[in-house]
Amino acid sequence: MSAIPTFPTAEPWSLPSRGRVAMLSLIIGESAIFTIFVVAYIYYIGKSISGPTPQQVLDIPFFNTVCLLSSSVTIWLSERQIERGNIKAFAALWALTMALGIEFIVGTALEWHKLIYVDGLTIHTNLFGTTFYSLVGLHATHVVVGLLMLTVVMIFTLTGHINIRHTERVQVLALYWHFVDAVWVVVFTVVYIVGR
Amino acid sequence: MADQPFPIAGSLDVTPPRVREQMTVGEWLHAWVVTVDHKRLGILYIVYAIFFLLVAGAEALAVRIQLARPDNHFLTADVYDRMFTMHGTTMVFLVGMPILFGFGNYLVPIMIGARDMAFPRLNAFSFWLTAFGGLLLYYSFIGGYGLYGMGNAPDVMWLAYAPLTEKAFSPGHTMDYWALSLILSGFGTLGTAINIIATALSMRCRGMTLFRMPLFVWLMLVTSALTLITITPLTAAQIMLVIDRYLGGHFFDTQAGGSAMIWLHFFWIFGHPEVYVLVLPAFGMANEIIPVFSRKAIFGYPAMAAASIGIAFVSTGVWAHHMFTVGMTSVGNTFFVLSTMVVGIPTGIKIFNWLATLWGGKIQFRPPMLFCLAFLFQFLIAGLTGIMLSVAPWNWQLHNSYFVIAHFHYVLVGAIVFCIFAGIYYWYPKAIGRMLDETLAKWHFWLFLIGFHVTFDTMHFAGFLGMPRSIYTYEADRGWGTLNMIVSIGGFIQAIAVLIFAYNLIHSYFRGRIAGNDPWDAWTLEWSTPSPPPVYNFATDPVVHSRRPLWDLKHPEDPDWKYE
Repeated sequence: MSAIPTFPTAEPWSLPSRGRVAMLSLIIGESAIFTIFVVAYIYYIGKSISGPTPQQVLDIPFFNTVCLLSSSVTIWLSERQIERGNIKAFAALWALTMALGIEFIVGTALEWHKLIYVDGLTIHTNLFGTTFYSLVGLHATHVVVGLLMLTVVMIFTLTGHINIRHTERVQVLALYWHFVDAVWVVVFTVVYIVGR
Repeated sequence: MADQPFPIAGSLDVTPPRVREQMTVGEWLHAWVVTVDHKRLGILYIVYAIFFLLVAGAEALAVRIQLARPDNHFLTADVYDRMFTMHGTTMVFLVGMPILFGFGNYLVPIMIGARDMAFPRLNAFSFWLTAFGGLLLYYSFIGGYGLYGMGNAPDVMWLAYAPLTEKAFSPGHTMDYWALSLILSGFGTLGTAINIIATALSMRCRGMTLFRMPLFVWLMLVTSALTLITITPLTAAQIMLVIDRYLGGHFFDTQAGGSAMIWLHFFWIFGHPEVYVLVLPAFGMANEIIPVFSRKAIFGYPAMAAASIGIAFVSTGVWAHHMFTVGMTSVGNTFFVLSTMVVGIPTGIKIFNWLATLWGGKIQFRPPMLFCLAFLFQFLIAGLTGIMLSVAPWNWQLHNSYFVIAHFHYVLVGAIVFCIFAGIYYWYPKAIGRMLDETLAKWHFWLFLIGFHVTFDTMHFAGFLGMPRSIYTYEADRGWGTLNMIVSIGGFIQAIAVLIFAYNLIHSYFRGRIAGNDPWDAWTLEWSTPSPPPVYNFATDPVVHSRRPLWDLKHPEDPDWKYE
């Protein structure tokens, strides 16, 4: 055992956070799903053989968009609060984020209600209906899942289980929320600007 | 090996293997069902895949009996369609993916000196999603007609071109089971891929830099990254299909302006990289096995890692070479011809590196090495027929012929299955603690090799003579009868070989020679633990200083880290 090798000097050892790596991987995978739906939407623009068309029925959801995009800012502010350990400010901003997200879902529900009952556009009506409800619906599903996760954090916050040690987990969750918002920019551009 | 006790006391784990407590069968099953241990989940994946390998192999034999003679009616046409559809779907989704991710599960954490995957519970969840997906697919044999009261199964080929899969042309529930099963197992695969990426990047032991990771881990990392953008388009396309079938959507409904072409694109955006998702882990196994049995370090480690990334990158831009016969613009054809040919460059780098590893080595012809050597030559031929098929005018002649079937079976069987067998012979002693019987292994190898070549070499000629794929039967005057008989005989030789292999797995589990920690005198961290490894893998976290940590331990007078 005399020949135990002397190793090169100990290198400092740090590894990326597994939560962030996993969430970024999930985001890459989800982006591929959205890409396929966006491509299908673009490919089928103007290919419906019967009405209604997007020009006839779609209104640009400005208020919804502003709400959803500002929720990215509020969640970012709340991340900074939990970093500093201000749990009260964190909870307030987190609740604001949730409210903005809920507004978006309510807005979408009202839009869909109008489309279905006033304009008679369902997923079965024509290609526009099929691609519109699946793309916007896929995004809305992601918002709902995000809201459920935000709610879980909110419940833990209100019951006093969240503190500065959970910063990283909260930030990983926030990454997902930022992704959902970023996808809306693409969906909004494709559906309400390019496709209309 | 150096003359010192191994492993060096105190440097690595020397815990004796677990004593198997007296458990009832119920407790034993319960322990396997609730496990979150990456090694147990890896074994579950592999057992699950070997089971479906036997099932899908039986389906292939039914197809081969039907085609052995002209004007044969061994199966009815309906059953024939179901058999080859289920054979393809099962082999790709229930055999290929699970077995390779099973190896990844078992080996990635232990090779990088970690105690488990980054997310053990997500890991178990992914496995059970995949397993449930497989059961759902096979349930279509019972529930396919829904309330019509008869069994059925998907009969649209594994690539399931729309609009054949739409409600109007595929009534009943067979396509629903097919789509839902693939969506489910797709999510399982996505979860595992995320887990492997997080493990390989964030769980490495001290000193295990990216460029010291074993190449198998590198290949699993690249495969998982590729899976993220590969399996998801299929999931998206399946969701569209389900929307069409259940909610009356029109994605692939040509009557309402929908397009059949868009399914082709979406499917092959998944389908082509999928081949690389399957073959890259197989390369990874060859990367571990060939150096050990050549008694040399792998030649060109950085080039191997770079070539893997290159293959993954290029593979995402070649999908339309499956669609030359559909008719594309000449610009489209040219692009996909050239991009497909480019795949040959990184693949060629790999083949030359393996040859250079063998060159001047002290080659030991043990069972894992035999399979790897056969893999090298067969993969070369598979690559060459791939280059032939990438030439659009040649493709117009031979697409949808048996030449294509022969080509991709050369990749899937000649390369991937041979590597999987090599991997099982190599790591079975680690996972089980006993060696596989070497005489049976050699019978398995030679019979499988002969059967493989009798079957798939002959198929090329049937393709040249114009035999299309997926046909139910053919007239005697076509002149394909003799060739098909030879192909079918080869299929049965392979089946005998696989049965010998299955017998060997069970026989050696009870009677095999005790393996010990390191039966192959290998160099990666998994061989420093007892066989089978304890739940926590390593009693103390290992520290590595080179690509071959066990070489450093065994040869302190000449460690690798001096040269890297």
